[in-house]
Amino acid sequence: MATRIELNVDGKAHTIEADPDMPLLYALRDDLGLKNPRFGCGLAQCGACTVWINGEPVRSCITTVDSVGASKVTTLAGIGKDGKPHKLQEAYIAEQVPQCGYCLNGWLMTGAALLEHTPKPTDAQIRDAMAGIKCRCGTHVSILRAVKRASQA
Amino acid sequence: MTININRRSLLTGAGALTISVVLPGASARAAVFGAATRPELKPENLSTYITLNADGSCTAYWGKMDMGQGTDVGVSQMIAEELDLPIEKVTLMQGDTATSVNMGGASGSTGVQSGGKAMKSAAAEARYQLVELASKHLGVPADQLTVSNGVVSSKTDASKKVSYGDLIGGRYFDTQLTWNKQIGNALFVEGKGKPKAVSEYKVVGTSPPRRDVAEKVLGTADFISDIKVPGMVHARMVMPPVVGAEPVNVDEASVKDIPGVQIVRIKEFLAVAAPKEWDAIKASRQLKVTWSDVKPPFPEQKKLYEHIRNAKAIKRDDGKDVGNVDEAFKNAARIVEATYEWPFQSHAGMGPACAVVDYKPDGLSTVWTPTQKPHFGRDGVANALGLPQEKVRGIYAHGSGSYGRNDSGDAAAAAALVAKALGKPVRMQFMRAEGTGWDPKGPASVHTSRAAIDKDGNVTAWHFESKGFSRLDVNSNESEPAHTLAGQQAGVPLKFEAAFGAPEESYGFPAKRKAWEVVAPLVERSSPVRTSHLRDPVGPQIHFASESFIDELAFSLNMDPVEFRLKNLKDPRDLAVVKAAAEKAGWKPRTAARKEVRGDVLVGQGISFSQRSGSRCAIVAEVEINRSTGKVWGRKFTVGHECGIIINPQLLTQTIEGNIVQGTSRSLWEEAKFSQSTVTSVDWLSYPILDMTEAPEMIDVVLIDRKDLPPNGAGECSMRPIAAAIANAIYDATGVRQRQAPFTPERIKAGFV
Repeated sequence: MATRIELNVDGKAHTIEADPDMPLLYALRDDLGLKNPRFGCGLAQCGACTVWINGEPVRSCITTVDSVGASKVTTLAGIGKDGKPHKLQEAYIAEQVPQCGYCLNGWLMTGAALLEHTPKPTDAQIRDAMAGIKCRCGTHVSILRAVKRASQA
Repeated sequence: MTININRRSLLTGAGALTISVVLPGASARAAVFGAATRPELKPENLSTYITLNADGSCTAYWGKMDMGQGTDVGVSQMIAEELDLPIEKVTLMQGDTATSVNMGGASGSTGVQSGGKAMKSAAAEARYQLVELASKHLGVPADQLTVSNGVVSSKTDASKKVSYGDLIGGRYFDTQLTWNKQIGNALFVEGKGKPKAVSEYKVVGTSPPRRDVAEKVLGTADFISDIKVPGMVHARMVMPPVVGAEPVNVDEASVKDIPGVQIVRIKEFLAVAAPKEWDAIKASRQLKVTWSDVKPPFPEQKKLYEHIRNAKAIKRDDGKDVGNVDEAFKNAARIVEATYEWPFQSHAGMGPACAVVDYKPDGLSTVWTPTQKPHFGRDGVANALGLPQEKVRGIYAHGSGSYGRNDSGDAAAAAALVAKALGKPVRMQFMRAEGTGWDPKGPASVHTSRAAIDKDGNVTAWHFESKGFSRLDVNSNESEPAHTLAGQQAGVPLKFEAAFGAPEESYGFPAKRKAWEVVAPLVERSSPVRTSHLRDPVGPQIHFASESFIDELAFSLNMDPVEFRLKNLKDPRDLAVVKAAAEKAGWKPRTAARKEVRGDVLVGQGISFSQRSGSRCAIVAEVEINRSTGKVWGRKFTVGHECGIIINPQLLTQTIEGNIVQGTSRSLWEEAKFSQSTVTSVDWLSYPILDMTEAPEMIDVVLIDRKDLPPNGAGECSMRPIAAAIANAIYDATGVRQRQAPFTPERIKAGFV
């Protein structure tokens, strides 16, 4: 049964009525009208739904909304600083990375988190950190270029 | 310039009237040019394609589609070139039936080669009309005028000038074009204006960036799944456990606790809808359905190729023999022969398909869809809604990948059926299992290749046979219920078209036969292995076989694979891409597998080549194979590519890179799996694709720019030779020939024993 649930998303407080077992993804997309976490599989296999919870990348499609509590949820709209896009976003634009772009949310949220922890990742570290994200258009080599560019920015 | 002010104020007062006017300081003009409102959207009207805005910029309307490779930028460059405008001043609108005519949508890599050609021709006519108008306006003969940056000026007196914006800006061309009476890919128009000489090009051949990248990266772009309509409900499908089963009993009470849930059932078609998305998903899982008892329709997966070999051919195409093939085989000193197999493959878009239908029975309905063909897709939705086409507008929205006729058209048709049944706007989204399990598949096939060799070691004949499922169980247009899964579930039989293909090459063997046979679909309708176009339809399977065989043939004649191709290919353009790839890759000649070992890995290099509808591509693959796991890494690819004149080298290169990675994924991992009841590869674990740890270290693209040739399609050509290049590299590394795709670790390891 629907209960009252409070969420902190991109620095704003929200209250929704939802099933406690509803995945966070639907709270963000359907209740709050945010669009960047995307539905790709609902099985935590592709990464398209990734958000940060307290700064760590999490698959929102399998994270129940009642498990979030007072944690800070960050979406793609919230990873920039001082009104500017994240440097990884700037690098993706410079490298013209996406084709369809549906997977981008997962790559950007995971890649930006990687750069927070590991500002100068090696090629192997980038590949390992991104191993669980899918891209069907095959833009992998552009993604590698962009992460390297951002790490040098 | 007083002229501008006078003309502007005159236009404001004059409305749509055509009036004569004398401009101060200039010659008399015959009339205010153009129409005040956009003329009817007809193929023969110039305004259908090109308009000039008040600020002198151009808005062009294109009836084809870019799906993320930048084709729209390429076409914008072609338009900017003809209009002598900077690329920033050309905006290309696409994917809206209200603003463009049907030029075929995305289809067979024809965006630039036919869609761009038509738009270029229209732009040339627009320039011609503008220069003629400027001639009257300035009192300077047209041949004494030049255009730069959208300003027409006298070649001899630079003070005599007028901008496009001042000439027509904000009004519409009322010029008629000669239209070839075709819609779709073949649509072409021309007027009096002749396109520029290539030697004058300034914009074509440069690399302006894509227009959709920033909004996608910054997260501001609306994708199809972000479209919302007031009063909309969310819908989900309920699919049968056994293909062909119909819902016999649907227990509505089983979902009565879910707020606002509604059930739509039309024969096999079963969907649920609810105001909240999660409720729709819950209802689709919770709904108790009794399905009819049907016999599982599929053969065992391990007997798939046996099924194809034994099935009756329902269509055969013998092609056109070169020379006397039968005689050559009769007289052969020896015959080389091999057979190759390719599985069903899924589009497996990043997200399952989604569509939104705003049904207005008494007004204008709208469908938002990420289809490749919004015009044909609109026709299909109109059909499902029972409305005339002009009462439905089709609008493209960004989707989750598009590599052919994926599941988008099925979602649009399903949304339309639910919208009509409920009388409400509907957002239909498939779940992952439907996206991978039930999307149209690339066809499975078996290929046999034989060569006759004479006593002196010359190839005297080549005979190539394909036998497989059609590439068009469902037509890719989506314009009829038979073309969509929802339509078939609602009872419309499959409208099957038997089609396959043959290798595209220029091997100069004295005799050649390239034939194909198509077998019947496994299920007559609503099948999860119904086939349709998947990037480079039947190209990868055919050329995996033909180009693997060319390698086998070379080695059987004790020749190096590159040397053999250079000796036997006859078209200079084919030779050029093979040479380009081999030289750039540092090809190492060999007459047998080298089986190089570097520690834990076996290392190999292989080449493959093909044409595609006029374009050419050769690929040298360098692979590393883990000796303990059998896993293949496509470490480096060197690509020689020629598609006529190059419009945008950067976007072409990235298009090729995408194909290399997707093609490697299809070669190494992808195989739709099925039980006798249904498809069982339904997510990223059961249908794995290449991941980042397996991405190539380097893709080195050598572009050959043939400025003397028209631009040719480049979206799919480089998909075609990859599988054979990898298989040939695996052979070089292991000495074991891979004749069945995908080249999974299990299959590679089996070859080690």
